[in-house]
Amino acid sequence: MRFIFKTDYAQDIRLAKHGGHLFWYGLLGAILLAAPWWASEYVMSQLHFICIYSIVGFGLMILTGFTGQVSLGHAAFLAVGAYTEALMQAAGVPFAVSISCAAIFSAAAGIIIGLPALRLKGIYLAIATLAFGVVVEEIITRWTKLTGGNEGKHLKPVEILGWKLDSDAEFYYLCLALTVLCCLACVNLLRSPTGRAFVAIRDSEISASCLGVNLAKYKTMAFAISAALTGVGGALYAHKLAFISPEQFTLFQSIELLTIVILGGIGFLHGAVLGAAFIIVLPQLISIAKGWLPEGMAPSGLQAVVFGLILILFIIFEPLGLYGRWLKVRTYFELFPFYRKGMFRRQKSYMKSERLR
Amino acid sequence: MLLAGVAQGCVYALGALGFVLIYKATETVNFAQGDLMMLGGFFALTASVTLGWPYWATILFAVAAMAVVGMLAERLILRPVLGQPAFTVVMITIGLGYVVRGVVTMVPGWGTETYQIATPFVDDVWTLGGVILPVQQLMVIGMTAALCALLYFFFRFSTLGVAMQATSQNQLAAYYMGIPVRRVNMMIWGLSAGVAAFAGILLAPVTFVHSNMGFIGLKAFPAAVVGGFGSVPGAIVGGLIIGVVEALAGFYLPEGFKDVAAYIVVLVVLLVWPSGIFGETGRKKV
Repeated sequence: MRFIFKTDYAQDIRLAKHGGHLFWYGLLGAILLAAPWWASEYVMSQLHFICIYSIVGFGLMILTGFTGQVSLGHAAFLAVGAYTEALMQAAGVPFAVSISCAAIFSAAAGIIIGLPALRLKGIYLAIATLAFGVVVEEIITRWTKLTGGNEGKHLKPVEILGWKLDSDAEFYYLCLALTVLCCLACVNLLRSPTGRAFVAIRDSEISASCLGVNLAKYKTMAFAISAALTGVGGALYAHKLAFISPEQFTLFQSIELLTIVILGGIGFLHGAVLGAAFIIVLPQLISIAKGWLPEGMAPSGLQAVVFGLILILFIIFEPLGLYGRWLKVRTYFELFPFYRKGMFRRQKSYMKSERLR
Repeated sequence: MLLAGVAQGCVYALGALGFVLIYKATETVNFAQGDLMMLGGFFALTASVTLGWPYWATILFAVAAMAVVGMLAERLILRPVLGQPAFTVVMITIGLGYVVRGVVTMVPGWGTETYQIATPFVDDVWTLGGVILPVQQLMVIGMTAALCALLYFFFRFSTLGVAMQATSQNQLAAYYMGIPVRRVNMMIWGLSAGVAAFAGILLAPVTFVHSNMGFIGLKAFPAAVVGGFGSVPGAIVGGLIIGVVEALAGFYLPEGFKDVAAYIVVLVVLLVWPSGIFGETGRKKV
């Protein structure tokens, strides 16, 4: 068990709380930086996706995990980011500008959906965002002049100041750098008054507003920040695939993004990364498992079944997700003989009616 | 055309009714409703095509089978998260939907193909004062109306119905009043899945039976929202509004508006009435 003896206020705001943090994150960073040397081409491609999904996961984590607002329409923000990037690149705008614009336009879309969201709660919010997602998807399909409709859009590799990032390794470093930047931005945001306000809103809107948190301002802000991060993710996603079309931004994409947050562990930034990795690796595991199916059963449904089952089992048995499981394991070893079974137990609660507001 | 819209709206209304029932009792939303509908359709398919049963027996069989499925789902999946925030339940039912959809495509004999269920009144047409009324659509409307009346009286006058309403308003108080909340929840899931099966069967002649039929459930959503969750008449009105708006949008507006019309209506309604047209709102006292 580690006790941190604080002798200085600066210790409270330091990013790495103790030497262990420095060591392990340093090691992780070193392994990731060296990835082009140890990873095969296939693994590199998976790493790209993990980075991209992590960024989107951070965005969704801020909205759902920390502010407590559900969004079933995040694929729309992903789409806004991806299409902004595609169109701007086609127009010859430099990458730094176009990816910022992707973030800004997504944030604007986030504000558009965030404003009505101020009046909505719980399930109505989920459905409003769902409707928004569907409408955006349809707009992209129909506005053929701008988006190319179902024929989609092609993208060239990223080019920064005349330097073409067309190899896997170069694009990987770009993704990794942006992921780390976004992660640090989120960590900083969450320990700022804004982040505290988000958490206060999640825990109780009434108490938050009593304590002087401007609900309208912070909820809209949460939507905007979340959408901006998703937009950045979307821009990278577009470059990774090099081809985007409306069917990549359906409701299922939104649900998949939401599962990243849930499987990873809701309310932890680590969870976003773990969830992203899990979601990327899962299809591979499933395709291995397809070989074990008995004769006569069509393997096409297996992915949906496994996906659904994992979601259900996680929610019932591990509501804190992968990161929660890690926390439990860690606490077990830290407290070694004294770990008790009920330490992380969910409290019994009774449903609070949403009809009262 | 208006009639077609109304008939389609009735199907949405039935789907919405399934949502509303569960919401009324447990204040959670079942995102797997559309998939349960699809499963009901497949049960009916097995009964009518493989076993060769008559139409009415098919309906009874599918509704009963789905009621059992609904109760099982509640017992196995929903009970462990009883009392958790609505978001948890949303995700768990989304998971359930995935499983149902996947299982249906994996079952031998169901798969991903499209099937048709024979109904006794497919091509009949009544002419009433120069207006041609397809019996099929009239049947859909009639059955919906009958079912709604039944449910209304159930909630209004039967002990179980009142118990279900009490549970929905305050679980804790309902426990104190001696209502077996868990059993009530289980029954409401059974009931709702039964309604879903019914909707699935009524829908079968229109859209045929296939494993992606559940997406109609996503249209039932807007219906439930427009009417306001937690209001049975609201679900019906909402379903009708969505059905008619869709039919009109398909006719008067350019292509593409038909599919999103429902969602645009939802966004507008939610902007104006944040909890639906018939939604009840109370004030929270601290």
